[in-house]
Amino acid sequence: MAIHKRTFIQGMAAGALGLATGAAMAQQGKPLKIGLLLPMTGPFGSTGRQIENGVRLYMAQFGDKVAGRPVEIILKDDTGVPDITKRLAQELVVNDKVDVLAGFGLTPLALATAPIATQSKTAMVVMAAATSIITEASPYIIRTSMTIPQVTLGVAEWAPKNGIKKVVSLVTDYGPGIDAEKTFRERFLLNGGQMLGELRVPLRNPDYAPFLQRVRDLKPDALFVFVPAGAGTALLKQFAERGLDKAGIKLIGEGSVADDEILNEMGDVALGLVTSHPYSASHNSPANKKFVEAFMKQSKGVRPNFFGVAAYDGMRVIYEAVKTTKGTGTGEALVNAMKGQIFESPRGPIYIDAQTRDIVQNVYIRRVERVNGQLYNTEFDVLKDVKDPAKTGK
Amino acid sequence: MLTILFDGIAYGMLLFILAVGLAVTMGLMNFINLAHGAFAMAGGYITVLLMQHAGVPFLVCLPIAFVGTALLGALLEGTLYRRMYSKPHLDQVLFSIGLTFMAVASADYFIGSTQQIVQLPDYLKGRTEFFDGALGMGHYRLFIIVVCAALTIGLQYILARTRFGSRLRAAVDDQRVAAGLGINVNVVFLSTFAVGSGLAGLGGALGAEVLGLDPTFPLKFMIYFLIVVAVGGTTSITGPLLAALLLGIADVAGKYYVPKLGAFIVYSLMIVILIWRPQGLFSRAGGK
Amino acid sequence: MDARTSLLNASRWRPWEPALWLLAFAAPLLVPGHSLLVSEIAIVALFALSLDLILGYTGIVSLGHAAFFGIGAYAAALFAKHVMPDPLAGLLVAMAVATALGAVCSLTIMRGSDLTRLMVTLGVALLLMELANRLDWLTGGADGLQGVVMGPVLGRFEFDLTGQTAAWYALSVGLLFFLLLRRLVRSPFGATLMAIRDNRLRAMAIGIPVHSRLAVIYTVAAGVAGVAGGLLAQTTGFASLDLFALDRSADLMLMLVIGGTGWLWGGIAGAIVFKLMHNVISSITPQYWTFWIGLFLVVLVLVGRDRLLRPWTWFAKTKAP
Repeated sequence: MAIHKRTFIQGMAAGALGLATGAAMAQQGKPLKIGLLLPMTGPFGSTGRQIENGVRLYMAQFGDKVAGRPVEIILKDDTGVPDITKRLAQELVVNDKVDVLAGFGLTPLALATAPIATQSKTAMVVMAAATSIITEASPYIIRTSMTIPQVTLGVAEWAPKNGIKKVVSLVTDYGPGIDAEKTFRERFLLNGGQMLGELRVPLRNPDYAPFLQRVRDLKPDALFVFVPAGAGTALLKQFAERGLDKAGIKLIGEGSVADDEILNEMGDVALGLVTSHPYSASHNSPANKKFVEAFMKQSKGVRPNFFGVAAYDGMRVIYEAVKTTKGTGTGEALVNAMKGQIFESPRGPIYIDAQTRDIVQNVYIRRVERVNGQLYNTEFDVLKDVKDPAKTGK
Repeated sequence: MLTILFDGIAYGMLLFILAVGLAVTMGLMNFINLAHGAFAMAGGYITVLLMQHAGVPFLVCLPIAFVGTALLGALLEGTLYRRMYSKPHLDQVLFSIGLTFMAVASADYFIGSTQQIVQLPDYLKGRTEFFDGALGMGHYRLFIIVVCAALTIGLQYILARTRFGSRLRAAVDDQRVAAGLGINVNVVFLSTFAVGSGLAGLGGALGAEVLGLDPTFPLKFMIYFLIVVAVGGTTSITGPLLAALLLGIADVAGKYYVPKLGAFIVYSLMIVILIWRPQGLFSRAGGK
Repeated sequence: MDARTSLLNASRWRPWEPALWLLAFAAPLLVPGHSLLVSEIAIVALFALSLDLILGYTGIVSLGHAAFFGIGAYAAALFAKHVMPDPLAGLLVAMAVATALGAVCSLTIMRGSDLTRLMVTLGVALLLMELANRLDWLTGGADGLQGVVMGPVLGRFEFDLTGQTAAWYALSVGLLFFLLLRRLVRSPFGATLMAIRDNRLRAMAIGIPVHSRLAVIYTVAAGVAGVAGGLLAQTTGFASLDLFALDRSADLMLMLVIGGTGWLWGGIAGAIVFKLMHNVISSITPQYWTFWIGLFLVVLVLVGRDRLLRPWTWFAKTKAP
């Protein structure tokens, strides 16, 4: 499939060059500039690096030219601070005249940049941030990552069908966490379940011990968790240390708690954890196997996680949109070409909803198992073509 | 709940070991060393790296972490810190923040920014229940309490019963007079700083399991150490001990009983205590 | 030279001061692509000025000055969103709110050692951050406050995408406060502040009302910090929790100490140096710039700021202390 694409691109490039006489538009041959705004330092640096790897992998595989235009990536570190993101975005748009803004590791960063995208009519591809309202902040935003409510649905549907009737939820006290708590509660109650308690852990310096103790005292069938990627280890360790698993409490959660990048180091405490998420590195498809292999080679042994895939797919969306608009589209034309794209990603089949500009994808239910000596999220069930519930409700 | 009390004590003792070096350094050398957290991080990383790459058992790593960090502390004290004693507080703050930045960035560069995971030996994992679950003692936290209690008794003994201890106390109370009496203040400074940093390193190694370990550790936890020192005062070690226990229990209990208020409790408590007793809750009169 | 002449000399305008201000105002024209950076520097410089008032001139160590910065920002943002999008009115509101908070907090910094004050001020800033996180129906919580659209300044100058309006707006406000504060610190009032900084006991002995001076200057500094915060919220159209974070207060203190405390230009110089360094270094090595800043700080302090500016003294033998 990769070879196909390469010939296709080369063919397009040749065709474009052939037509580049007389009636050539001004945009032909001009570099396609993509402004990549990522948190490369600070607590979310790993997100930034995964996205950068995903982007560069796509370019390595599909070429650094699209529709006759050389692709230029301008990478800026916003350290995860929204007013810096906003300033950098403004500079990228005004000084560097980028055609596309991409990246956005966290919700506030994306929200801060939305008005810039609208004002300057620049397409904006969100590759990580996961709160529902983001795509509504500007008509120029396309998302290839996921939304928390979309993903939480998975486990909220699965749990009641599998003997879990009473649940306590434990989430980190910030936007995505509260989103997850709400979605889970609504869907779980709808399916006849019962919420025994809803706990929130502070975002900074989380010490899970007292909260987990409280969970233990409430004696639910299962504990539903949502924590940002990277914090899962501490939670799992404390879960086991406190004896919650021996007390018969199952652990279910949104997939970030079993983040692929660090899953293997978590050790046996993670075994048996059931989560729902759009991507697992062990997803059984030829596209994914190739992707994981190439990614690990490029990143020197780091497994791709969800952000890496979202970035890879984001680049695909950009490239295809540029090709569809024959390399001359900007702003609104590009966004229109991005809407409705449907294709096979390493995670499975996905498409960009033409109405909401948000991503629609399969949500897999998976369990952490040891495969060939390494820990993986093995998918055993799936909810197909899940749209963001926060929007479909409208 | 007894379990909550137990957890709070464990957390408090860990904070104490981490912060006691800072308290003594501040009291002795009147030097605000914001890089203290970096020493703790160093100890944690020494342990993790030895365990992951050299297969050294956990218990052996602990003294190595202590000694390694102590040596690092001694080295830095002799070369860099010594020149900073006479400088104004602000410059000291700037210097130590600069050191912390360098440490954080170096850790990020050489080791990577992911959370480090400590694989405990089996006898430290697990939990014992008493009174039908009313008191659950995690073995690792029990271990922490025992080790820290032993260290505290050891420190108190050194301070109160040995000649070095009396020299140290003299130098803390009045440096000039102590020097005038023939006490080699430089040696006292060097050894105290080294031991203080070593303890921080040990605390970092012990705490990697409970508090997590990544390059931003110094920045995240510095404020807790400062709270312990500010509330406990810098003139004794029982002061910081009680302050650390208070902080640990208040934090854990607050999050359990009133989770909505969580972090508020610690900060408000600290502000109230410091306004009521600006020299710290437990300082002796006559000390700095 | 008698006392009066020397005091007058000290408060006279040096020739390079107006020149620098002219350069600052010309910057958005000379380098229009960097207007945003100019406006950011202007705002942070104003913030640093406010800290200099308490740190440099009065000797109050504070790690929580960002509390007033943040509350000014949120006040201005909320005012623009819910009441009226006029920027100048918003600034007045920001200043009022921050001043009120400063007056209340000034009660906390009266007693105790440097460390105590450090912790108390830090505690207040962190409390405010928690509060802002908790009241997310009002403040947008961790996502930040969106949807702040500013009206044109003085009814005529729209905030544009290039940031030139923002830069001139920030610079004008900055200049105004610079002039006001300059007048303040060169006055007898300012002299009493410096006396308190140098030796509080002696100041009390000659009859200076130390506590009321501390309260007044802390409140004033809080108000100015609130203005800076309001400017930030207005020029970026956004307010988020990290305005209250330790990083902000710590960075600010660094800037001030880099530039030098106790002369108003210290905050401005430090802000310029720090921000430019950040911008340049992080575009070269986005991941590890903190290392170079740390190294710079360590060297700066070891070598001494004055000597750093005079390279020929670097290897000279230091005189005995």
